[in-house]
Amino acid sequence: MTALSIPVVRRAVPFAAVVCALVVLTAILAPWIAPYDPNALDPLNAYAPFSPAHPLGTDDLGRDLLSRLIHGSRTSLAGPLIVVLAAGTIGATVAIAAAWFGGWFDALLSRALDVLFAFPGLVLAITVAALFGSGFITPVVALSLAFVPVIARVMRAAALRERNLPYIEALRVQGFGAWRICLRHLVPNLAPLLMVQAAIGFGYAMIDLASISFLGLGLQPPAADWGLMIANGQPSILAGFPQQSIAAAVAVVITVVAFTAVAERLATRFGGDVR
Amino acid sequence: MTLLQLDRITVAINGQPVLRQVSLEVAAGEAVGLVGESGSGKSMTVKSVVRLLPPGATAGGTVRFDGADVGALSPAALRRMRSRDVAMVFQDPRAAVNPVRTVGDFLTEVLRDQGVSRAIATEKAVRSLSEVGVGDATRRLNQRPYELSGGLLQRVVIAAALLTGPRLILADEPTTALDVTTQEEVVAILDEQRRLRAAALMFITHDLELAAAVCDRIAVMYAGEIVEILPAARLHDDARHPYTRALLASRPGAVAPGERLVTVPGIPQSALTAPAGCVFADRCPHAEARCHDERPVFTGSAACHLLEVL
Repeated sequence: MTALSIPVVRRAVPFAAVVCALVVLTAILAPWIAPYDPNALDPLNAYAPFSPAHPLGTDDLGRDLLSRLIHGSRTSLAGPLIVVLAAGTIGATVAIAAAWFGGWFDALLSRALDVLFAFPGLVLAITVAALFGSGFITPVVALSLAFVPVIARVMRAAALRERNLPYIEALRVQGFGAWRICLRHLVPNLAPLLMVQAAIGFGYAMIDLASISFLGLGLQPPAADWGLMIANGQPSILAGFPQQSIAAAVAVVITVVAFTAVAERLATRFGGDVR
Repeated sequence: MTLLQLDRITVAINGQPVLRQVSLEVAAGEAVGLVGESGSGKSMTVKSVVRLLPPGATAGGTVRFDGADVGALSPAALRRMRSRDVAMVFQDPRAAVNPVRTVGDFLTEVLRDQGVSRAIATEKAVRSLSEVGVGDATRRLNQRPYELSGGLLQRVVIAAALLTGPRLILADEPTTALDVTTQEEVVAILDEQRRLRAAALMFITHDLELAAAVCDRIAVMYAGEIVEILPAARLHDDARHPYTRALLASRPGAVAPGERLVTVPGIPQSALTAPAGCVFADRCPHAEARCHDERPVFTGSAACHLLEVL
């Protein structure tokens, strides 16, 4: 039972795909489409309301919120992207190695993954960021590690199933080595499932990274980042100007929902156990 | 000249016996049929030739291929033997071919791995496909397994097996998964092509008539042992082992139309459940006291205490 079993949601998938494309385009074209420099201060114009000049208004320092939102999409998308790429690569490698060699090697890797899995990813990332310092790289690396067991567990089950199919045995009789069989035959057959896993993980990674930024352990001011914008907008809410937090929060929610909807559609298309 | 020699091969999976003291020789260019019920160890015998054992399996005895001990080969030498000297045709072609790669990829992969250029590999693949009767070979190269029928795909598998010029072909029930009408064609092609190339063949089947037609000699297996080996031409007249005779009597062709088919009484045994004495003792109509206590030694052509009497 997923959100996709609701007809309205299912029909909205093409719309979600368009949203995803728009968000990605925004991130790529940010410097050219943002009306202002995201860090240009204009204290006299602080807390400006919606206007043609500032469609979303300005923040406490008079910075254009639309421009900050547009620029913020870059780190907000790049973070989760790196997380799923890294976790996908490592997770798939671990999974295929475990399935291929089996025996005690598989048992050892699986137990190690279980231990890592038992530790909440966000808590791990926060701990690592607190220990090794905030910024962009540290939380991303920590979260990548935290996502490895999630992806590896699903991929291992699939790799095990694939590895025991007769065509793999047929390749071994033809004298092919383990490397070649894994890279040229196992990986292409597992690729659709891996992509679905990565796509689903993307939404989760985005929320987790935004949470870390919100807690002040991610990117630091004056960087334009959605999680950070939500956090920095808090004093303004008390001052009666909630648009900064709301705009960033809405951006996070829309992006996560759109990416997850598309990912779940891909999952039903390519089958496999998603979670 | 002996190409392949299995000497007292024993295989156990997690300590449970699967094969017991299997000895068999295959001469260069000779076709040997392995027949027997399911679970009798036919597939495991063939797989032990290329040391393709499931996880947890332990093997004893020696396999000699062209004089070399397969068990003592280095990993590189074993891969070399698998890719050049021995080819295998599996039961279900649809399962034995990577579903996402094209037929061309499948056919040329071994040659490309051996350093043959793409153009020459493709040319060889096309020639090999025409030899096994696959028309329109060039177009087939760009198709994927699901676009081909089972019979056609099994011909592709046979073409791939022949490509590297193997000296021994292992065929594990190559027609069982196919339509009855295409079975005959596929076996005929396999038989014809291997004779042309003077390659030896180990042919696993449930079909005694088919084995007798394709092979020079027949080895009958039961419960992980070879109970009788005899020339295919003399299968009907000279079968001595009670199990072989029981199998022959239970062929559909052995009874007149309308009559009830003959069955072998009792339950088929595997190497694990086989009795202590002769493996066939509890189903054998001639069994005596010593058949139940003493395991007969394979002498001459069969393993049976009553060989002289029957």
